[in-house]
Amino acid sequence: MRLLFVLLHAVLLAGILPAVVAQEEKWSGADALAEDKIMEITGGEYKPWFSPIWEPPSGEIETFLFSLQAAVGAVVIGYFVGYFRGVREGMRRKGAS
Amino acid sequence: MHIAEGFLPSPWWYLWFLVAIPVLLIGLRRMRVIVDRSPEAKVLLALAGAFTFVLSALKMPSVTGSCSHPTGTGLGVVLFGPAVTSVLASIVLLFQAMLLAHGGITTWGANVTSMGIIGPLAGYAVWRLTSSLSTSRRVFLAAAVADLATYVVTSLQLALAFPSGEGGVLRSFEIFAGIFALTQVPLAITGGIVTVAVFRYLLELRRDLLVELGIVSGRGVRT
Repeated sequence: MRLLFVLLHAVLLAGILPAVVAQEEKWSGADALAEDKIMEITGGEYKPWFSPIWEPPSGEIETFLFSLQAAVGAVVIGYFVGYFRGVREGMRRKGAS
Repeated sequence: MHIAEGFLPSPWWYLWFLVAIPVLLIGLRRMRVIVDRSPEAKVLLALAGAFTFVLSALKMPSVTGSCSHPTGTGLGVVLFGPAVTSVLASIVLLFQAMLLAHGGITTWGANVTSMGIIGPLAGYAVWRLTSSLSTSRRVFLAAAVADLATYVVTSLQLALAFPSGEGGVLRSFEIFAGIFALTQVPLAITGGIVTVAVFRYLLELRRDLLVELGIVSGRGVRT
């Protein structure tokens, strides 16, 4: 379990470190880079034949929606893990009384 | 990071739909069996879905100087197998295509195939083939492989649709894998570690439930 604790901190660090060390990089999304490559391969001829029905109007709003996605997921995880804990606690008390 | 809206020409976009839809139907049927079985299995299902939601929202910097996000399908793969995981992934991909302009409706079939089907299948194969290792190691390997394989498939899908003028599909695959798969390596490791943390906590809390569902064996399990 201690190893896992160390690894989880390493994960946190790994999430931030690259951006601190190499500040000259653009850190754009891998999907945007792939779009550039598609243009290169097709000689700039490829036109996306469908565009998103709705796009977040700004980077801020996009970040907000991504955060919301993570938050909703985290709430669900927290709630049900808490539920499991409660069930176990309940079983233990029942056994004790 | 998924294939962007409109970036797969005919016939590729609908071919991938044809691959994805039958698997999704099987997944839905399996899901119903799980839900009918016990309310607690339903809770695990919600957990696996929520886990994918969280992890695929986290765009992180990687060694290549670009960003991507883990897929978070590993927990679903280990708990319920690839068919059910495909349904969980398809929901996340639909949400991101509709509200975030991330991925796309026309590329949904291709993205479900990579993130929801072939990636999880690869992870599941690893999970099944490594039964001699400790549970934590198996979970880590299954999650990391499911993640990485997703982007190998994405690269292949793009290479098939856009073969390079010189060198063809193989050269294109090299190019796209250099972007997607390489960026994904550290993120797959990260995702794997987080998956192990959640799985171990579940095992600590409700080993009885995981045993009942046949995910881990009852006695003498090494974690």
